[in-house]
Amino acid sequence: MDFSYLTNNPGTVLAALGQHIEITALTLAIAIVIAVPLGTLIARISILYTPVLGILGIIYTIPSFALLGFLIQYVGIGIRSSLVALVAYAQFMLVLSVATGLRGVDSAVIDAGRGMGMTDRQILFRIEYPLALPVMVAGLRVATVATIAIASVAALDDAGGLGALLFDGINNSFASTSEVQVGAIAVSLLAIAADLLLRAAQRAVPAARAG
Amino acid sequence: MHLFHGIASAVGGVLQYIRANPDDFRAKLDTHLELSLFALLIAFVICFPLGVAISRSRIASFWALNLVGIARAVPSIAILFLAYPFLGLGFRPALLALAVLASPPILFNTNAGFRNVDPALREAAYGMGMTTAQVLRRIELPLALPVILAGVRTAAVEVIASATLATFIGGGGLGDYINEGLGNLTVGQNVLLVGVVSVSVLTLVAQLLLGGLELWARRVAVPQ
Repeated sequence: MDFSYLTNNPGTVLAALGQHIEITALTLAIAIVIAVPLGTLIARISILYTPVLGILGIIYTIPSFALLGFLIQYVGIGIRSSLVALVAYAQFMLVLSVATGLRGVDSAVIDAGRGMGMTDRQILFRIEYPLALPVMVAGLRVATVATIAIASVAALDDAGGLGALLFDGINNSFASTSEVQVGAIAVSLLAIAADLLLRAAQRAVPAARAG
Repeated sequence: MHLFHGIASAVGGVLQYIRANPDDFRAKLDTHLELSLFALLIAFVICFPLGVAISRSRIASFWALNLVGIARAVPSIAILFLAYPFLGLGFRPALLALAVLASPPILFNTNAGFRNVDPALREAAYGMGMTTAQVLRRIELPLALPVILAGVRTAAVEVIASATLATFIGGGGLGDYINEGLGNLTVGQNVLLVGVVSVSVLTLVAQLLLGGLELWARRVAVPQ
């Protein structure tokens, strides 16, 4: 392993890491805003469940490099194409986990809430979402790891981030092996860190709720 | 509507390109399929026995699942790019990187498939005088098969999708079209889309075919 690129350009690597985290966070924020209502809707209206997840599943199957290529062609090059692709990929896991979480809530608990005079809104926010939270966090974990991975391909779209180190390295005909290695290791460590962090969150959720 | 129109004209352009350059397309498709199939094969030959072995031990499966589970977070593009400094450019490094990528789902699902076999069935088979090999082949394997095939499906879709990235380390395949097209957006419109559409279709076909195989295994294996 050759980490000379990191020791020679710590600022560049750090900036790329920051950018990568920024793209990932922005993607997930937008994706969650779409996925929570959508997941809730298909958990309620069961005829929508299969078609919506079917379409999102097909999008999730399309290789990221291919979808990005398509969007660059039709939306144009730049961060907008990347964000569209990243948000579209994150939808499947997020919507699936929200819907699965809500469907798994024991109907007796909901009845109990209703019996206590709770409104539908109160039942949703105080009973259903909290009980579905562990499943939703599990979905968020998978979506986060996938977003970090796909965001490195998005560097092709001038989105920046750690992927830029990879592609910069190969555009120089692999003249900078160290740059490629540093980029690949950094993005791997970021994905592993996010995975471990959200695994911990997954375990912490039931405990916090029982609080 | 704009998007649908876009997709329709894209598919038209792609078919036209393929008809005009059949040999070139054929060669790239072949490389893509070779990369994907050999990677799956290597992963299966290593991970199927390994999965069976760790399924016999609670401690081994706990450690294997956790370690491999964490390693699985590593993005496929990072695995491909990390192969380059050690193995150089070309088909073989790409193949090895893809085999690494295909391994976790096969290992996990083989382990899960064998662990999920009802111990009562296993004991009944031994009670009938079957040998360990017979129990493995006639009882455990058919019952675990649908879960194992689900792992192969996940691995196949991941590998076919990631084989698109092999183009960056000179591995060839359909990703070459996308790479070429992105390198020259004005001239490369159709070239780019040939890659996009054919790779997407390939992953969807793999998903459907292996999904069908899984359903078949479920129907055949589970006693009615």
